[in-house]
Amino acid sequence: MSTSTATPDASFTLDGEDVPFRPGETILQAAQRAGHYVPHLCWHPEFHPHGSCRVCTVKVNGRAGAACTVQAAAGLAVESSTDELNAHRKTLLQMLFVEGNHFCPSCEKSGNCLLQATAYEAGMEGPHFEEFYPDRPVDASHPDILLDFDRCILCELCVRASADVDGRNIFAIAGHGIDTHLVVNSPSGKLGDTDMTLADRAASICPVGVILPKRRGFAVPIGERRYDVKTVAEPGNQEAS
Amino acid sequence: MSTVSSPASTAGPWQAEALDALLARRGRDPHALVQILREAQAMHGWLPRDMQAAIADALGLTLAHVEGVASFYRFFHDRPVGRYRVLFSDNITDRMLGNEALLLDLCRRLGVQRGEVRADDRVSIDFASCTGLCDQGPALLVNHHHVVTRLDAARVAQIAALIESRVPVDEWPADWFAIVDNVQRADVLLGTPLQPGAAIAAALERGADSMLDEMKQSNLRGRGGAGFATGQKWSLCRAAPGAEHYVVCNADEGEPGTFKDRVLLASHADPVFEGMTVAALVVGARRGLVYLRGEYRYLLEHLEAVLQRRREQHLLGASIQGRAGFDFDIEIHVGAGAYVCGEESSLIESLEGKRGTPRIRPPFPVEHGYLGQPTTVNNVETYCAATHIALNGGVWWAGIGTPRSTGTKIHSVSGDCERPGIYEYPFGTSITRILEDCGARDTQAVQVGGPSGVCISAFEFGRRIAFEDVPTAGAFMVFDRSRDMFEVARNFAHFFAHESCGFCTPCRVGTALVAKRMDKLAAGHGSRHDVEVLFELDKLMHTATHCGLGGAACNPLRDTIAKFRPAYEQRLKSLHFEPAFDLDAELSIARAMTHRDDPASHLETER
Repeated sequence: MSTSTATPDASFTLDGEDVPFRPGETILQAAQRAGHYVPHLCWHPEFHPHGSCRVCTVKVNGRAGAACTVQAAAGLAVESSTDELNAHRKTLLQMLFVEGNHFCPSCEKSGNCLLQATAYEAGMEGPHFEEFYPDRPVDASHPDILLDFDRCILCELCVRASADVDGRNIFAIAGHGIDTHLVVNSPSGKLGDTDMTLADRAASICPVGVILPKRRGFAVPIGERRYDVKTVAEPGNQEAS
Repeated sequence: MSTVSSPASTAGPWQAEALDALLARRGRDPHALVQILREAQAMHGWLPRDMQAAIADALGLTLAHVEGVASFYRFFHDRPVGRYRVLFSDNITDRMLGNEALLLDLCRRLGVQRGEVRADDRVSIDFASCTGLCDQGPALLVNHHHVVTRLDAARVAQIAALIESRVPVDEWPADWFAIVDNVQRADVLLGTPLQPGAAIAAALERGADSMLDEMKQSNLRGRGGAGFATGQKWSLCRAAPGAEHYVVCNADEGEPGTFKDRVLLASHADPVFEGMTVAALVVGARRGLVYLRGEYRYLLEHLEAVLQRRREQHLLGASIQGRAGFDFDIEIHVGAGAYVCGEESSLIESLEGKRGTPRIRPPFPVEHGYLGQPTTVNNVETYCAATHIALNGGVWWAGIGTPRSTGTKIHSVSGDCERPGIYEYPFGTSITRILEDCGARDTQAVQVGGPSGVCISAFEFGRRIAFEDVPTAGAFMVFDRSRDMFEVARNFAHFFAHESCGFCTPCRVGTALVAKRMDKLAAGHGSRHDVEVLFELDKLMHTATHCGLGGAACNPLRDTIAKFRPAYEQRLKSLHFEPAFDLDAELSIARAMTHRDDPASHLETER
C-alpha cells in the first residue's frame, strides 16, 4: 500500500496503457494528469477525494474500487473502460437522474452540467428506472444566489468548498438513506440568512445546477456551451466548475 | 445517572438549565455530540431546532452540522413524537410471530396511524429494525429505553389501556421487561466460570509481547463477521505510531437475527471488559470505549455497575492489579439506531460525534482510528474469547474448531424451531446438527449471518459453519416449508433501504430501487424484466458501493432468486409481457388531491 518507494518513473497500466504517477497520487489524479478520461462527478482536483458518486469505479488488479480514493502504485493493472464498468457507470448515472428532478431542457446549467455531459458520454438514452419525483422546494431567499435542490447529486463539493476554502461552513448533509439531502447553516435553514457571497468558491463549485447566480440566465446560448463544443472526455474539459 | 423512564414532555419549552447541566457534565466536548443529543432527547422527548442551535453554540459547531447528525440516527427526532414512543421490532422473525397484526391492533385501540403522532401528543407507533430479541419476540421498544417481549393480543390490549391512563412505563408490569438468556448450548465461552482479574493476571505475567504471540498462535478471527485475524489487528495497532492508542468494543449488534452479544453483555460482561483490558495491555491503550447499540440502552446501568465494581477491584483505573504504568479505563457510548455503525470506521465516526458514514479506507482504524489515533475495534465475542486465550493459551484455543476457523462460535437461533436461543459450538459444526439441536422440523432454509449473510437451502444443510465454508456473524434464522422465501427477501430489502447511510449512489438509490421492485412484485405487478433489473442492481451494488452494507444488501435477493425462483415467478404478472407502469397507482396523487378513495376513483386491476 505504501508509495514511499515509488520513483517519478513508476507507472501502472490503465486499460493496458502505461500511466506514470507521482508519490501520493491516486489512480484518478495520475490518469487525469496523463490526459486519460476516467468518468467522475464528486471528485475535483482542488479538493480531497470524497468517493461518494462511485462513477469512477475501476478494477485494480481485479478488485473494484473508486479511482479517486485508491492510491496509485507501481505495477497495478487498472481496468476502467470495460463493458462491465461502463454499464455500471451508466446505471449509476441513471440512479442519480431518477432520485432527483432533472429537467435538462429548462435548466440553466444545461450544456455546462457535468452530470448531463457524463451521461451523454456514457451513452445514457433514458432513465431506465422509475423516477422518485422528490419534493425539494427551491430556496430563493438569497439576493444573489438561487438554490435548486432538485438537481443535487450529494457530491458535497459545496460543503467542502465552503468549509475548506471560504471558511464559512454554509452547507452540510442531513438525513439518511434516500432522504439524504443538502442543508444550509442558518437558524431558518435559508441561504438568505447566511453571509454567502457570489465570490465564494462554494458559489461556483456546483457541477450540476443547484447553486446558480440570480439574474444571469442563458448568457451563453445553448449549443455554444462548454460540453456542446467539446465532450467531457476530452483532456482539460472535465471540470465544469 | 438518573434515567428518564416516565413519558417525557413533548410540548412546551425545553429546560435551558437542564441542558446546561448536561453540556457541562459532557465537558462541552463536540466529540460527545451523539451522547449529548441522546441525553437531551431523553429529557425532552425530541430535539427542537432551537435546542439543536443551543447545543451547536455550546460545542462550537454549526447548527447545520448538529442538524446533520440529529437527522442521521433513526432514534433521534427533529419533530415532536408521542409521549409514549412505541417501536415494534420488525425483523422477519417478528413478522413470523405476527408483529404486523399486533401493531395494527395497538394503532386501532389507541386511534393513531402508524408513523403519526396522536392529536393529543400521547402516543406514536412505528416499526424499527430488529431489536435483538428474536428468541422471545415479538418485541417492542418504548421511549428508546424499555423493551417488552413476548407480545400477544392480551398484552397489546393492556399496553393500550396503560397508555390511555398515562401510567409511566416503569410502573408497567415488571415481568414484561424480563429478558431471558435462553442459553441452550454452552461451550468454553458460555460454560466456563471465570474469576474476574484472572486473565489480566495471566496476561501481565506473560507480558505484552508474549500475550500478543499467544493471540497470534490462537489464530482467533474477528467474530463480527469479517474474520480478520485478531492477533494481527492488535499487532498492527501496537506498531502504529500515535500519541494515544484506543481499544474499542463493537457492541452495535445490528445485524437482524443476532442477539448473542446481548447475552454476553447481560451475563458475561466481566470477560468482555477483561478482554478489552488485555487488548489495552498489548496495544498500549489507556482508554477503551464500548459502542452499545441504542436498542440495548436498558443494559447501560448494569454495564456501568460492572465497570464500577471492576474499578474497585483494581481491574480498571490506575495501576491495574498493582502494575505501575498499566492504566486503563472504559467508557460506554450508546448508539442511536444506525445499523451502518456496526462497520468499524462508521462506528468511530459516531464515537467522534458525527454522522455514521464509513470512512475512505485505507488508512485503516489500526493506524488512523478514533481521533486519528491507532485504534483496535473488535466484537464483544472476540474480547470474550481473548480473555479465555489469556488464561489458557493460544495453542489450547487453536485446538478447538478447524485449523482455519479456530475456537467456538456463538449462534443466535430463532425462527421456526422448538428451542430458540443461544447455542455455542466449535467451528466446523454442520447446519444439520444445529437444526437437530434446536428442534427445527421440515426446514426449508436457514439464513446464516443475517440478511448480509447467506441463505442456505435444504440440500446444503450438510455444510459446516466455518470461515472456509459458511461464515457467520452469529445469526441463525430458521424457516420451515410454510414460509414464503420471497417475503423473507422483501423484509430484508426494506431493512437495507431503511438502514442505508445515504453516502454513496449505488447503496442510497439502489436499496430504494430494490425495495420498490420487491413491493411491485408483491403487489402482483412484476414481470420477468423486474427480476432482471434486480439481478443488474445486485451486480452493481456488489461492485461499486463504498462499504460492505451496500455490497451485501442484495445477498438475500440473489440467494433466494437462485434457490427459490418459483417464489418469485408465481408473482409475475406475466413471464413475458412487461407492464410499463401501474395505472391505478399513477392515479393516487389525483385521488389524494380530490379526497377520494371510492371504487369509481380506482381503475380495475387484474388482481
